[in-house]
Amino acid sequence: MPIELVKEKYSTPINTVEIGLGAQTVKIGGESTLPFLFDEGSMPNAPIVAPEILDCEPTEWSESLKGPFGDSMKDPVRWASKCVKDFNAKILCVRLQSTHPDYGGKNADHVIPIVNAIAKSAGVPLIIIGGGDDERDNDVLPKVSQALKGENCLFGIATQNNYKTLAATCLADGHSIIAESPIDINIAKQVNILISDMGFDPARIVMHPTTTSLGYGMEYVYSIMERGRLAAFIGDKMLAMPFVLFVGSEVWKTKESKESGAAQGINWEVATAVSMLQAGADLLVMRHPDAARTITKYIEIAMDRGGNK
Amino acid sequence: MALSGLDIYKLLPKTNCKDCGFATCLAFAMALAQKKVSLDKCPHITANAREALESAAQPPIKLVTIGTGSHKIEIGNETVMYRHEQKFYHPSAIGFLVEDAFSDADIGKAISDIKKLEFERVGQVISANLICIRNSSKNKEKFISAVKKVAASTDLCIALDSSDPAAMAEAAKAVKGRRPLIISPDAKSAPEFAKIAKENNAPLAVTCTSLDEVAQMTDAVKKAGIEEVVINLNEKSPSRKIQGFTYARRAALKKNFRALGYPVLAFTQQADPSLELAEAISYILKYAGIVIMKGRDKDFVFPLLVARQDVYQDPQKPVQVEPKIYEIGKVTKDSPVAVTTNFSITYFTVAGEVESSKVPTYVICCDSEGMSVLTAWAAEKFTAERIADTLKKSGIEGLVSHKKVIIPGYVSVLSGKLEEVSGWKVNVGPREASGIPNYLRNWK
Repeated sequence: MPIELVKEKYSTPINTVEIGLGAQTVKIGGESTLPFLFDEGSMPNAPIVAPEILDCEPTEWSESLKGPFGDSMKDPVRWASKCVKDFNAKILCVRLQSTHPDYGGKNADHVIPIVNAIAKSAGVPLIIIGGGDDERDNDVLPKVSQALKGENCLFGIATQNNYKTLAATCLADGHSIIAESPIDINIAKQVNILISDMGFDPARIVMHPTTTSLGYGMEYVYSIMERGRLAAFIGDKMLAMPFVLFVGSEVWKTKESKESGAAQGINWEVATAVSMLQAGADLLVMRHPDAARTITKYIEIAMDRGGNK
Repeated sequence: MALSGLDIYKLLPKTNCKDCGFATCLAFAMALAQKKVSLDKCPHITANAREALESAAQPPIKLVTIGTGSHKIEIGNETVMYRHEQKFYHPSAIGFLVEDAFSDADIGKAISDIKKLEFERVGQVISANLICIRNSSKNKEKFISAVKKVAASTDLCIALDSSDPAAMAEAAKAVKGRRPLIISPDAKSAPEFAKIAKENNAPLAVTCTSLDEVAQMTDAVKKAGIEEVVINLNEKSPSRKIQGFTYARRAALKKNFRALGYPVLAFTQQADPSLELAEAISYILKYAGIVIMKGRDKDFVFPLLVARQDVYQDPQKPVQVEPKIYEIGKVTKDSPVAVTTNFSITYFTVAGEVESSKVPTYVICCDSEGMSVLTAWAAEKFTAERIADTLKKSGIEGLVSHKKVIIPGYVSVLSGKLEEVSGWKVNVGPREASGIPNYLRNWK
């Protein structure tokens, strides 16, 4: 019986977003196929893991999560260096937690020297995430953005209700931006349109479809990503952005990761990350170095085309 | 995939002989497409056309049953490529490899470990399904003895993996009533192993190195009388394997290509347990009907089983939590009371933020039929009356000394009405769960 295979060929690849400068530049996106299906298209840039650090010592992290970092966590600059030197990070995510009112409500004056020192000593591209309080973020992020002008960072997070300040400042200072939507494909597209309408290059937007942990609705995000990808591939340019997922921060909130010893938490993070990769994730922000190492190795294995040309 | 009237018409004699009682072959074809009439009414249909039409009426991916009784597993009969198109129906079976080269004590230990892989999560029991016994000793007696030991000590489904037809025949016979999965070692021996499967009324997994080979072999074993077949695609790279699974599923669903219309089996290859977990989850996400792995530590298996549970959730049917009072932290009679819906993600998000606020709080989930706050409000499943009713029936009045209730910021419009019908003072909470810690810390 002759075999009838159906190969999917898509018309529109995902945008490629570059983060950082020179030899250290990290490229994400660019794929023209669903994850790792190399018969049907290409993935010119392997997905990548960015370890997440905070700009202050974490107060709520579990012992199993803090363990591998030791006392480097007392100083974000040392913590960042440890991620690069000991854990081989090629890109780093810095969350400006200290600016949130619940964690000290620090000002840009406090944060900028830290971020500058990290940028200088880590020597890898940076993802800078606000503390999550809209008002504080709108005050602090523009100043941090300006301090890192020309470094080609990735800044976040812009939402449907709060995107203008961040988009304007990223535009002025030459950074890319993370556009977030609440597990909703229409809002995802809407935020991308709103930001693009401000004159922002769509090829400098990275989408955050919202992250949920394994066992806490991971499958909703999984399906939203698949839907978004399929729409982008057949020509919806306002969904053709790479995906970023904040796997670490979501996973390490769950009781399964906090209450059952390190191994289960690490595997919870691995399991969530791999599911996101199979849904089309391009950039995974992760926390535990063992989970990050496993996922980096997994990506290497998954990118192996197994002798296929 | 159902055929259209025109597709059927092409297979009919096109003579308009009226023997079927219809004026034309086309009219008969239309009636067939609507399943209003049986194909038997046409006395002139060719054997080939009959086969094509009958096979079109079958599900595109065969349902395969392994095992018997309450532990049996059913895989296959899937209808979509992506879960958002409808849903995935038959959760992948998760199996563990036991090698007969292990010592007796190690085999015993493996079985008892695997039997313990059972967990409860969101009201469902999730567990391991199958033990695959591999004849790695190449010794027939050892194989039979291991198979008997497994069969005697567990009700889990059994898969048999031996390249020796004599050992396989005897092992299959030893567990005949259990409907084990017979795994053939390669394509060329598939017909021989098909015979063993046939004699023991068991499903057969055909091991092949390419989809072309699979198509030939599933056809051959079908002719040998085996209906329930599983595809074991022996590709080295996990991504090649997933590409193969994707092709097989697509050919079955989009082209109704029967020779690939069977569930697939995947053995993991990674030795490192964390990587093996990642590999196994990839197969579960991408169409595997059975995943068989080596590692059986519960720290790896629990997240694996949860991943399967997640992916096989019905996307149209939200997961719900029980509508009741949830006590978060060491609550007292002065603790705040907050209401939300019983959509599991809404509840888990709220509960997580309440927990991180470190303010002990009563969270009451209203029965909103599993909808999130705004959806439930729009659908009138989260109304002032419903919330008032929940407050009353929950018994919260006996637990706190105040009558203040926090509602989600998005439904602040319900405040007036809720105060009126419930007699509780309404506090409007934040719109997003992320605002909860700050809100609760300042709540009085």
